[in-house]
Amino acid sequence: MEIDPFIFRLSIFILSIFIGYYVVWSVTPSLHTPLMSVTNAISSVIIVGAIIAALAGSSESVFGTSSIFGFLAIVLAAINIFGGFLVTQRMLQMYKKKKDKKK
Amino acid sequence: MISANLSAIFYLISGILFILALRGLSSPDTSRQGNYFGIAGMVIAIVVTFLSVGNFSTSLTFVIIFLLIGGLIGAFIAFRIPMTAMPELVAGFHSLVGLAAVFVAIAAFLNPEAFNLGFVGKIKLASLIEMSIGAAVGAITFSGSIIAFLKLRGIMSGSPITFGGQHLLNLILGIGIFVLIYFLCISQSANIFWTVIMISFLVGILLIIPIGGADMPVVISMLNSYSGWAAAGIGFTLENTALIITGALVGSSGAILSYIMCKAMNRSFVSVILGGFGADSSSDNTKQKKDQKPVKSGNAEDAAFLMKNASSVIIVPGYGMAVAQAQHALREMVDKLKKNDIKVTYAIHPVAGRMPGHMNVLLAEANVPYDEVFELEDINNDFANSDVAFVIGANDVTNPVAKTDPKSPIFGMPVLDVEKCKSVLFVKRSLSPGYAGIDNELFYKDNTLMLFADAKKMTEDIVKNLD
Repeated sequence: MEIDPFIFRLSIFILSIFIGYYVVWSVTPSLHTPLMSVTNAISSVIIVGAIIAALAGSSESVFGTSSIFGFLAIVLAAINIFGGFLVTQRMLQMYKKKKDKKK
Repeated sequence: MISANLSAIFYLISGILFILALRGLSSPDTSRQGNYFGIAGMVIAIVVTFLSVGNFSTSLTFVIIFLLIGGLIGAFIAFRIPMTAMPELVAGFHSLVGLAAVFVAIAAFLNPEAFNLGFVGKIKLASLIEMSIGAAVGAITFSGSIIAFLKLRGIMSGSPITFGGQHLLNLILGIGIFVLIYFLCISQSANIFWTVIMISFLVGILLIIPIGGADMPVVISMLNSYSGWAAAGIGFTLENTALIITGALVGSSGAILSYIMCKAMNRSFVSVILGGFGADSSSDNTKQKKDQKPVKSGNAEDAAFLMKNASSVIIVPGYGMAVAQAQHALREMVDKLKKNDIKVTYAIHPVAGRMPGHMNVLLAEANVPYDEVFELEDINNDFANSDVAFVIGANDVTNPVAKTDPKSPIFGMPVLDVEKCKSVLFVKRSLSPGYAGIDNELFYKDNTLMLFADAKKMTEDIVKNLD
């Protein structure tokens, strides 16, 4: 009997939930806002699906009915990726320790 | 073109980098490095996708153009957005993830061959279920986040919108989605697929409108979680490890934040979702109390005098500080106090503000070192040994009623023991109750001095008087 590949993906999924659980509990409360913006950015890795959809169009018809949704999704996800990582970076730059200031 | 196995390994690497990105946030020192891990993971995922599709025709040019358009918009927003607007920014970003998930699901439904999912009208059963769940959750995330965004931005009233049979309607629509997905699997009909998405948009709206403005920390965290589950659903459809790992991480992250927020308000998750909190105000009761109890009010001069003669001051910021943009003035005031050798610390309640960690970011923006900022449980014992508590823009999170009156709607909520300080300075525009609609007993205590003014203006005046 062969195991359905779905089961492997499900295993990855469940184990990742556990990883997420332990990793997120260790995030310091003062960084909860950057946590939200960075999770926002990384969940836009959905862009890989959008790219596959967009590239599926042929050279003659770049914007087919399905690839146009891919292109739209690329724009949305790209806003999120750039916006999310940059705003996180901007916030994290502001967190400074007392000692750093006196130097 | 690279093999499917090789690209799968790269997707795994990018998933691991995302885990490290979140791990970095355990301390501000490692957080910046963590963010770079996240960016690296994203670059790997995107490049590998280009290589694995291996289509370098005109389409690729357009993909890169669209990527840059989105990137420019995103970068522009990221640099321009004021820190006080972070909650609505995050809500807005959630809506984009949700909509992107919907679009990817639609693209996969219309052109399953591109994703190896079968053919139009003969999509693999498992893929069809996964993509419809991904699309439904994505649609709920999208419309829900739009409502949250409008409420946070103040375009829409923050007060809860409720009507009879609301929960029943949501339940019916929710069950309806599952029934429709079942029929979709049998018939593969595009119309049913569109209907599922439309109903999900409606559910998202209905889910968020009954939730009041101050429950927003929970709502944002919840939508954060949804956007993760939507990504995971699409990840299963595309059989993509990076997406599955990320979806699970984001999903559990949002869920944990929702849990923390609910706990900090001593409310169950279900009661927040059902909404309507803050709509019923016990106004009669409030008015009576106002008539009976005298309130001591003072001006900036009194406040400056009190603080100058203190040896330790604890600052309690809240949403009002964000609204008045008073964080920079506050920091100036604290600098003056420190020059007089007064010990100043900040006490932050988990639900202060409109999203988790809102106050911390604002204080960081005003150059307050993060090791002067403490969470509720770390600082609550210090109030008894401090001279002055300076409450700026916070209200319900300081209300002693939560500890004393079992009948109060906020009874049992963990609060900051502000009243234990020798004296309390309470900056507030009026005596009106907070969002919970409850009178704050703290106003009428003997050791409380009310400073009626805009938070920013009052702080600036105090700064002048400290000279």
